[in-house]
Amino acid sequence: MKVVIMGCGRVGARLAGLLDIEGHSVTILDIDAYSFRRLPPDFSGTALVGDGTDEEALKKAGIEEADAFAALTQGDNRNIMAAQIAKHIFNVPKVVCRIYDPLRRELFNSLGIEALSPTTTFAQMLKDRIEG
Amino acid sequence: MYIVIIGGGKVGFYLAKALLDEGHEVLVVEKDASRTEFIHNELGSACTRGDGCEVTTLTEVGTGRANMFIAVTGDDDDNLVACQVAKHKFNVPQTIARISNPKNETIFKKLGIDVTISSTNIILEYIEQEVPTHPLTHLLNIRDKGLEIVEVKVPPDSPTIGKMVKELSLPVGSVLLLLIRRQEKPQVPTAETILQAEDQIIAVTTPEAEEALRTTLRGF
Repeated sequence: MKVVIMGCGRVGARLAGLLDIEGHSVTILDIDAYSFRRLPPDFSGTALVGDGTDEEALKKAGIEEADAFAALTQGDNRNIMAAQIAKHIFNVPKVVCRIYDPLRRELFNSLGIEALSPTTTFAQMLKDRIEG
Repeated sequence: MYIVIIGGGKVGFYLAKALLDEGHEVLVVEKDASRTEFIHNELGSACTRGDGCEVTTLTEVGTGRANMFIAVTGDDDDNLVACQVAKHKFNVPQTIARISNPKNETIFKKLGIDVTISSTNIILEYIEQEVPTHPLTHLLNIRDKGLEIVEVKVPPDSPTIGKMVKELSLPVGSVLLLLIRRQEKPQVPTAETILQAEDQIIAVTTPEAEEALRTTLRGF
């Protein structure tokens, strides 16, 4: 499977590593080349400097042939925009994104964007731990 | 009309001021505290502090009864999301987004934003008009029809000089509307009109045929 990931933070880099080990073809995008230091040393995919909300950068990353796209930058709106471009402009079959704001996540889920909110999930996990 | 503006930068501030002068009810949503205070001092209670992409903020400012929603922050992605939230959560009839990257114009349209305004394109159009040697000037875009009105000047060394309009192979979808010649009244060009040097031609065309039209009229 060909996967394009936008945002090489801790989560993005980790996901790229996991998919790479399983033999998927991974391209990871970030606007800052320094963030690629987070990738595992044996990462065999492609790391590209570029803005995932920019059509040209996405084309360079091979979005047109991608089977999946994940938007994992720190900005909710950037993730939402990139996910919609991947889904509606490039017709990528599987698009996922991270949205910290639970209300915004709810809205964009209802608009057909598959989004996860670490805020909701993590708060629930913490609550479960505390209550034992 | 009740108008919600997202972003209290220079554009948002002056826009709010102008719309208030026209007698509209206006509210600016601005993230930054000191900027909010500034607008509050200048325009009275027409500014509130908050994130214009958040449903809670937009509920507080009564977006549900807004007739128009304008997002003019400096970030294209923020403007897109704010307009989408206004449209899909609050059913605002008219959403307008400012965009900086001209390429986002088509993307935003596809994603359901009613009107996009690209400040970059507008400035570019003015520059084209001010630079006399520019081969083709954009005068007007006809919204939603994929057509544009352009001006082309026939240079003195053009091989099309002396040719009749019917001898030119104009690209499909391009129509010559008006011919402006020095010391003459503007005229509608016909098939028999013979082109002269320095003729200014106003034409309607499509973005795709623009290049071909320019080459046909200028000869290069």
